[in-house]
This record gives sequence, C-alpha cells and structure tokens, in this order.
Amino acid sequence: MASGRSNFSIRHQPGFTTVAVLCFALLYLPIVTLVVFAFNAGRSVAIWEGFSLRWFEAAWNNERVIEASIRSVQIASVAAVVATIAATMAALATTRTRPYRGLTFKYAFINQPLMIPEIVTAVALLIVFARIKVATGYSGLGYLIVAHTAFCIPFAYLPIRARLESMDLTLETAAADLYATPWKVFTRVTLPLLWPGIIAGLMLAFVISLDDVVITEFVKSGGQDTLPTYMLGQLRRLVTPEMNAISTVFLLISILIVTVFFFISRRST
Amino acid sequence: MSQTAETARKAEHDDVRKRWLLSAPALAIIFMASIGPLLVVVVYSFLTPGPYGDVKWAFSTDAWISVFLQRDIFEGTLGIADAHLQIFLRSVRLSLFTTIATLAFGFPTAYFIATRPQRTQALWLFVITIPFWTNLLIRTFAVQEVIRNEGILNTALVGLGIISAPIQILYTDWAIAIGMIYVYLPLMVLPLYASMEKLDFRLVEAGYDLYATRFRVLTRIIVPLVKPGIVAGSILVFIPSLGAYVTPRVLGGGKQMMLGNLIELQFGAGRNWPLGAALALTLTVIVMVALLFYVRYAAQSERRHG
Repeated sequence: MASGRSNFSIRHQPGFTTVAVLCFALLYLPIVTLVVFAFNAGRSVAIWEGFSLRWFEAAWNNERVIEASIRSVQIASVAAVVATIAATMAALATTRTRPYRGLTFKYAFINQPLMIPEIVTAVALLIVFARIKVATGYSGLGYLIVAHTAFCIPFAYLPIRARLESMDLTLETAAADLYATPWKVFTRVTLPLLWPGIIAGLMLAFVISLDDVVITEFVKSGGQDTLPTYMLGQLRRLVTPEMNAISTVFLLISILIVTVFFFISRRST
Repeated sequence: MSQTAETARKAEHDDVRKRWLLSAPALAIIFMASIGPLLVVVVYSFLTPGPYGDVKWAFSTDAWISVFLQRDIFEGTLGIADAHLQIFLRSVRLSLFTTIATLAFGFPTAYFIATRPQRTQALWLFVITIPFWTNLLIRTFAVQEVIRNEGILNTALVGLGIISAPIQILYTDWAIAIGMIYVYLPLMVLPLYASMEKLDFRLVEAGYDLYATRFRVLTRIIVPLVKPGIVAGSILVFIPSLGAYVTPRVLGGGKQMMLGNLIELQFGAGRNWPLGAALALTLTVIVMVALLFYVRYAAQSERRHG
C-alpha cells in the first residue's frame, strides 16, 4: 500500500510540465529562427540555402543602419547617465526615512511614466515638442534625449531604491560618529555600498532607451531615425535577411547587458 | 527642554527640505517630458482641429462627442460612432483574449518553475525574462517571420502535407493576438511565480490526505492561494495590450487597428488632433481605472494576509 504511493508527488499536476516545456520552446522558436536565417545565403527567411555572412556584410555597409545605430547609442548613453543620476538622488530622498508629507506624491510622480500607455505619452510629446520646435527653431537630438531620460528614470530608480532599502544606516552613523563630514560619509560609505544598484539601474535604463520605438517614432524629426524606428520603417517592405542580421546583433547586445545585470543584481541580494 | 525639541524639529524640517531638493531633478524631468505634456493633451482635447493638423485656439467639445458619437452628414442627427466603437471593442476583445491565453500558458509554466529545486529556479526565471528584455520590435518581427505566408510555419505545414496552400495569418486579428501573447507572456509568468514561490505545500499535502483529486487540489487549494498573482499578472498583461501600438501595426498591417493605431491616425492622415487627444485620454482613463482596481485589490489582500 505504502509502496504504491511512494511515487506520488504532491507537487505534480498533470500536463503542467508539458505546457511549460512547450512555452519555453515557443518562446525561443521565433528568436532562434530569426537568428538562424540571418546566416542564410539566399534571400528567403524560411528556406535554408546555405551558410553565409553576406547579410551581416550588407548591414555593415548600409550607411543608414550604421548612422541609426550610432544615434541610438548616443541617445541611450546620455539618457541613461542623466536618468541614473536623477534616479539615484531621488532614491536617496525617498528611502530610509520616516514617512513625510509628499513622499507618496513623489512615488506616484516618479513611477508615472510606467503607468501611462506609451502611445499616449508619445502623442503628448508630439504636441508639445512640435510647438517648441516651431517657437525655437531647434530640432536637434535634445528632444529625444529629454523624452528618453524621463521614461528611463523609473527603471533606473527601481534597483537603486531596492538596494538602498536593504542597507541600514548603521555604517553611515558610525562614520558620522567618527567625525566624517556628510560628503565624506556619502562618498566613502553610501556610494560604495550603493554602487551595484546604480550600475544595475544604469544598465536597465540603457536597454530601455535602446529598445524604445513608440516615443521615438513620434518625437524624432526628419533624419533622426534610431535603429528601432529605422527597422519599423523597413518592416513595411518585403524584408530580406539583412533585417535578421541587424536584429541578431541587437539581440546579442541586449542579452549581454541583461545577463550582466542579472548577475550583478543576484550578487547584491 | 523645549529648546532641544525645537532643534529636533528644525533638523527634521531641514531633512525634508533636503529630500525635496534631492528629488527635484527627477521630478522636473518627468514633469517636462511626461506629466506636463499630458496636461497639454487635456487642453488640446477641448480645441478645434486646424486645417493642416495641429489646432485652432477655439473651445469645442466636438472631439469628446465624436469619441463616442458621430453626426450623420445627411440628417444631422447623432448616432453611435460605429468605426470607433468597433476598434474600441476589438482592442478590449483582443486584450482580454491575450490575458486569458497568457494565463492558460503562464500558469503551468510558473508552476513548473516554482516546483523546481531552489538552485535552478533562478535560472528558469532568467530563461523566461531574456526574451522580455530584448527589443519588443525584434520579437514582433520574429513572430511576423514565423507566421507570414512564406514563413516557416506555413512552409512546414505545406511541406508536411497538412495544408495544401499557406493560411493567411499575418494581417489578421489572429496575428495580433499571437504577437501579443508572445510578447506579454513573461509579464504573466513573473507575478504568478512570485505568489507560487510562497505556496505552502503542506496545505496541498493536507488536501491529498483528505482524498482530494489532483484537479480538486488545483482548483480548491492552489488557485485560491495564488489568486493575488493571477490578478497582478492579468492586470500587467491587460494594460499594455490595450495600449499596444507596435504589435498591431506590424502584425495587423494597418488594416486591423487597435486603439493605439486609431490615436496615431488622428495625428497623421486623420488631421484631427483634438480627437486624437480625446481618444488618448479615454485610453488613459481606462488604464487608470484598471490600475486603481488592482491597487485596491492588492491593499485588501495584503491586509487580509498581514
């Protein structure tokens, strides 16, 4: 009797493992197909005609792709750095304190970009920036950088705040007791301890900015394509594996950053 | 004595002021490029459309009226705005379908991860999150390649003799649904996992001891216990689905519109910025209501379970 039930697992549910495995497979099937056909010798994205790097070469020699990539990195770098600095300051101001008036207001304010659908923010920025462009005559990358910085702040804020909340004030108090100036306490104690959170926030913000399509599509002026908006424009035509090649490189960079992020945040918890 | 109290109060006052100064840059940037523009949208929704886009500065409630109603050009009577209503209903329908489908796929997947040995759980989670952090457009594009007429799905089905000619999936509602399920699945799995991880399997064991079947244990013990995760996941999937713009644009091909595309249309070929603004605000209100519902639910269940 007892031996009959020895295989009985209370955790088992029939069919769940099958669905889960199917899910993992389906989640990766399109991505793997995309990457595989980037190396196709033919023009098809479904029929394999042999291995070739010609589409990577084509992408590399495509001036518009390179230009858009550089612009993407420029915007993401500036936006991520500014957003991370602002988010770090905001996190210091909203953690490790007794609740004070306006604290909830600050939380809501900082997380607001996450709550509004992107398309709504996009048209809102279109309206406002169109006016400013006419009024000032300036139509540079500044608009895109400001827009990206704003929606990067909540993403940078999350890991920094989480890190701060796991640090208590003992070490800072000890340093202050030993006559360290507030600035010294910050640079010698708080900042080194907070560093993993800041790096995680910076990387998250960078990836989020790099990935953005909707807001960029509405804010950009003519000739300001980033890599995602360039790709969006190309998808209307018949696509060649060149798009797969571009996507593959893009994916690789994202996965690399996310992997590093994952290990940093795992080590710090 | 009262002097120390006075100094303490002053110190606290200084501290709060310092904290406002510290958060000022973040608040200013978000006000400049998110909240401020949103307020301008509210103003624009009460103006008159200009002939070449933009607006004329004349107050009008026409935009709000035409969100839901349309004037019959011949009779001058007001009726329900069929075109808007249709797109609106399609958005809600597709978003609900996406939510239910991601739940159906995500629940077993999250359960699978939560019942792995402690060491490997993080790895499985990582495997689920990787696609989520990769570019949304690229993932949508990957789906497009799989389901297009010349894509591997149709090629494989024709090759295996299951169908004789490729099925048109791309540029249909099905394509949008498949794309959104694919793109938003991790948003369902993560909160589900978070509540399943805390699941007390002694309760499950008690159920079996009392001769419950596996199905009964699932429906009477596991599902009620992970309900917060189910609600969180559903909200997290429903909200971005409703405001989806890229997925319907790429997979619906511009013919099968959702709310996001309808809004864009008003700022492009439609040249009716006030209507676009009113539609955008309508979407925002729906999303806010869903969020508010969730926040209240979360607060309630927190109070119940301490």
